[in-house]
Amino acid sequence: MAKIIFQKPKSLKEKIFHYCPGCGHSIVHRLMAEVIDEMGIQGITIGVPPAGCAVLAYNYFDVDMIESPHGRAPAMASGIKRMLPDRMVFCYQGDGDLAAIGLAESFHAANRGENITVIFINNAVYGMTGGQMAPTTLLNQKTTTSLAGRQTLLDGYPVKVSELFSQLEGSAYIERCMVNSPAFVNKTKKAIRKAFECQKAELGFSMVEILSACPTNWKMNTIDSCQWMDDVMSKVFPPGVFKDVTKATKKAAEVPS
Amino acid sequence: MNKVLMSGNNIIGEAAIRAGCRFYAGYPITPQNELTEYMAEHMRKAEGGVFIQSESEVAAINMIAGASATGARVMTSSSSPGISLKQEGISSMAACELPGVIVNIMRGGPGLGNIRPSQGDYFQATRGGGHGDYRTMVFAPATCQELADLTMDAFDAADKYRTPVMILADGMMGQMMEPIIFKSPAPRVYPEKFMLRGAGSGKSKFIRGLLLDPIDAEEHNWKLARKYEVITEHETLCEEHNLEEADMVIVAYGTAARIAKGAIKRLRDHGMKIGLFRPITLWPFPELKLRALSAKVKNFLVFEMSTGQMLEDVRLALQGYAHIDFHGRPGGAVPTPAEFANVVARLYNKRD
Ligand SMILES: Cc1ncc(C[n+]2csc(CCOP(=O)(O)OP(=O)(O)O)c2C)c(N)n1
Ligand code: SF4
Repeated sequence: MAKIIFQKPKSLKEKIFHYCPGCGHSIVHRLMAEVIDEMGIQGITIGVPPAGCAVLAYNYFDVDMIESPHGRAPAMASGIKRMLPDRMVFCYQGDGDLAAIGLAESFHAANRGENITVIFINNAVYGMTGGQMAPTTLLNQKTTTSLAGRQTLLDGYPVKVSELFSQLEGSAYIERCMVNSPAFVNKTKKAIRKAFECQKAELGFSMVEILSACPTNWKMNTIDSCQWMDDVMSKVFPPGVFKDVTKATKKAAEVPS
Repeated sequence: MNKVLMSGNNIIGEAAIRAGCRFYAGYPITPQNELTEYMAEHMRKAEGGVFIQSESEVAAINMIAGASATGARVMTSSSSPGISLKQEGISSMAACELPGVIVNIMRGGPGLGNIRPSQGDYFQATRGGGHGDYRTMVFAPATCQELADLTMDAFDAADKYRTPVMILADGMMGQMMEPIIFKSPAPRVYPEKFMLRGAGSGKSKFIRGLLLDPIDAEEHNWKLARKYEVITEHETLCEEHNLEEADMVIVAYGTAARIAKGAIKRLRDHGMKIGLFRPITLWPFPELKLRALSAKVKNFLVFEMSTGQMLEDVRLALQGYAHIDFHGRPGGAVPTPAEFANVVARLYNKRD
């Protein structure tokens, strides 16, 4: 009998992604669906996509979902999770969404230690609205609202969300990943799994920041986009685990009483 | 059943919990802090109850939207500036057809205004308030008993029509104490098919308000409009007070209506035939009832603690069939019944 080694995850619907070619959203959707399948949590997962390129994520994920206003997903998810503590609740947010308009909601959800998982797509621009400057836009990066490149005097600095949120005592697991190479894609999947496991173990707020290409608004082809992430973007936003209380918890549990 | 003596803000909180509200999120703002504090103390004692002090009113409205989606009865409360912040969320709840109760204990405005009782948020409450073609039902209690009853009714209405419902009161009502009786709430009717609780082994659901295809969006807007029509037809409430043989009718709601009643009592003692028409639902506005009155009465006086907002609805209702005067006290100023009686007497004596 033939052995299936690769197939569409059950938690993805039979729909073609509307995302641009080379866009990181598609990769991350698939990774999340694989994790949801592997953990067997499709029936208990509720997703909250806010305004952004992925606001239509409910067309793709075959789990219960509710759209949120721009930036407000962590507040909504807090309401959902508090009423249904045994469900798995995730937000799927862009960088404009999380780090600009919705910073307060994200920050305080993390600080309250809401037991939810945030998948944070950092593509250094506002994708959906056509490539304006995001809080994560790099210095000198050109966007439609930073035509000469982002200038510190005018526009301030790229916001490092993982670094910031890892300082909050309510956060349990914070990792920054990339999806520009097969190796990094695999690593990202592990991080997503870890974040969901963290929620399952009721450890508190988990977030995976994923550096993700937006070739359309970066005005680069896909290959150059992946290269740029290696050469430039990841230097400002270094991948890595910024917070992991799972280890501390494990150790504490292992200590003989 | 026993009478209890409680202040307005606490009554709303207690009525909500008794009506089965199990999720409350709010951000402190005067003059409604007692309500948030009441919920902090009592919601957590109610079985399955959740209280969150949110980081802002924006967060609070989105928290209750999320909790509402799971099928819980939900409430948030604030006062004028905070209600402005909730508007995007209220619009979104209307679009996504999520039930919920929003309490506005109005204060003086615009801007930070002051913390005195006012009625300046009538337009915001009755015209939808946020963006887009939608309405919220608005209950305007005028007594502590009504605060209790209408809070319970607001939850039923929100479920029945799957829409956000507002309780519009002011700082005076929030602080006032009167003995009341809590009625026993009717059992809740809210089908599980509207709840988002994880798909289990069934088909997954989604709740959305974004409809990129204009034809789909138009259809959704008409669907909402038909719902609002049904509400308009069936859900108007008003009180008619001393209307027999009245030659002048005051139209006022909430605290203004209480003041008007005090004034009317004084003026009736002086033989002036003055009545009160008090809308209890501000949207839907009891338009037909008021228009019918214009067959008998030709002089109306609209009294509001604002520069004249409900006035527009009264004009629309009366359609020029009667003369309308207006008296307003905006910005947190509250006249005494005696002061207002002087105003009414002057106008009464000048009437045609
Ligand atoms: C209150 C509000 N302001 C602005 C918008 C318009 N808007 C929609 S998505 C978006 C930004 C999207 O950027 P990001 O969050 O980075 O996600 P991406 O599209 O890049 O995935 C904006 C500004 C909105 N929907 N609501
Ligand atoms: S605009 Fe950018 S983020 Fe949006 S779908 Fe296209 S590539 Fe992806």
